[in-house]
Amino acid sequence: MSDPKKIEEIEKEIAEEFSLFDSWDDKYEYIIDLGKKLEPLEAKYKIDENRVRGCQSTVWLVADHKDGKIFYKAESDAIIVKGLISMLIRVLSGQTPDDVINAKLNFIQEIGMTTHLAQTRSNGLLAMVKQMKNFAIAFKIKDPVAS
Amino acid sequence: MIEPATIQKSWDVDAIRQQFPILNREVKGKPLIYFDNAATSQKPQPVIDALVNYYTSYNANVHRGIHTLAEEATLAMEKSRDAAREFINAPSREQIIFTRGTTEGINLVAATWGRQNIKAGDEIIISTLEHHSNIVPWQILCEEKGAILKVIPIDDNGELLMAEYEKLLGPKTKLVAVNHASNALGTINPVKEIITLAHKVGAVVLIDGAQSSVHLNIDVQDMDCDFFALSSHKMYGPTGVGVLYGRKELLESMPPYQGGGEMIKEVTFQKTTYNDLPYKYEAGTPNIADIIAFKAAIDFINKAGKFKIKKYEDELLAYGTEQLKQVKRLRIVGEAKEKVSVISFVVEGLHPQDLGILLDNRGIAVRTGHHCTQPLMDCFGIPGTVRASFAMYNTKEEIDELVVGLHKAIKILS
Repeated sequence: MSDPKKIEEIEKEIAEEFSLFDSWDDKYEYIIDLGKKLEPLEAKYKIDENRVRGCQSTVWLVADHKDGKIFYKAESDAIIVKGLISMLIRVLSGQTPDDVINAKLNFIQEIGMTTHLAQTRSNGLLAMVKQMKNFAIAFKIKDPVAS
Repeated sequence: MIEPATIQKSWDVDAIRQQFPILNREVKGKPLIYFDNAATSQKPQPVIDALVNYYTSYNANVHRGIHTLAEEATLAMEKSRDAAREFINAPSREQIIFTRGTTEGINLVAATWGRQNIKAGDEIIISTLEHHSNIVPWQILCEEKGAILKVIPIDDNGELLMAEYEKLLGPKTKLVAVNHASNALGTINPVKEIITLAHKVGAVVLIDGAQSSVHLNIDVQDMDCDFFALSSHKMYGPTGVGVLYGRKELLESMPPYQGGGEMIKEVTFQKTTYNDLPYKYEAGTPNIADIIAFKAAIDFINKAGKFKIKKYEDELLAYGTEQLKQVKRLRIVGEAKEKVSVISFVVEGLHPQDLGILLDNRGIAVRTGHHCTQPLMDCFGIPGTVRASFAMYNTKEEIDELVVGLHKAIKILS
């Protein structure tokens, strides 16, 4: 089995895919498409404990730790946020906690989606990224050898 | 059906638009369509000029200096107070207190009149329509004093249930605080009636005029309110300035709010006496530049003609409502008989934020979310709405673009 892709590699892939789009309309249509295709989160996980609150849209996030890697599942009630979640999961899921903690997530700026992580959007996404890193820190503390 | 020609004849919107420089800008490569006026209004050149002129020509601290610049600055600031007094028909200039905005005005009343007069077991009435700024200060006060907060319910149209309000009133009611117009739904409340009924039980009334002062004619004497708070930035003026009006007897008997310079008469370490109104409530160096520029906004509105502006906004509201109702799956939230030019809506199955983001891609600025009225949104069982709010410089063509943008957005998202 080949080595799983590193975070930077995946980020580069995403940036390249986005470079094909000319207009904001096209970019968002792609993100919306990703959002529609995001695997729904099982109802049992959509509880208050797993809510990452934003001002306007809600994100539910769960994380699991297996064989030294961290796996994420998430969903939102807003489609564009789901599309962005889809990309974040593609980048961070299946990586080691250390790699998640250190991830700079430059691809977001490269594809022009920085405003979605800005405080002003208050869409739960910024909080979600923080929470994903918090999970990584927690798993690292729980299982330092495997990390 | 509203004919476009009818709208154009009554109001030269192009001439008005030319006075607002920001309307020339583009957003994501498209002309800006600014429909977020209930959040804040854009500023006409005279307001911008007034700010620049102040700092260029006569910036100085006010009220204490004896040199020329100080006199000029003081005069200009006090002229603004006179303009504000006239704008709301307050009996005297001493009753016009400059604040940072409506929120501060309400907090001022809660912290001074509130703390002095509210006791355990007293009741304060607000409404389901209230903005957090007219809920939280009273919650804090009630918690501190052991008083009870009561809420006037609304119907499905977003109108206050006045019969229920009457039932809530009683001998324990000390204060009623309601908004003149709802920022989320546009509902205009029957404030005169609310005030008359409140006074019958001996309660004091505060009216939150943040959304009404730009649209409606304000006459605090005719209304007979005890307090009225408004914000400059909602009425084509700069941010950081508001007005709190109060009944003279109340303002005179209330304790001070913030202590410091300007609000004192004499200071010794043993005792300090307080200044007369309005300065008693204006501690520290005021926001001089913006207070002066606020007068330019008042003048601008008066020159354009408040009734003319309202008539035009009513036409936009009617046209916008009619056009939006034709969009499939769109439901307007808040259909009071009397509204200011605010339209809140939801599209079945879609999140307001998704719509807002896609509209922004087309240069259209709307507000999405709970609009700082979480209890109101909870009442309607929705997380939020998309809100389009119109001002004197918006056009029927812009509304058409909104509808086109919505159709496209709905198609992509569905």
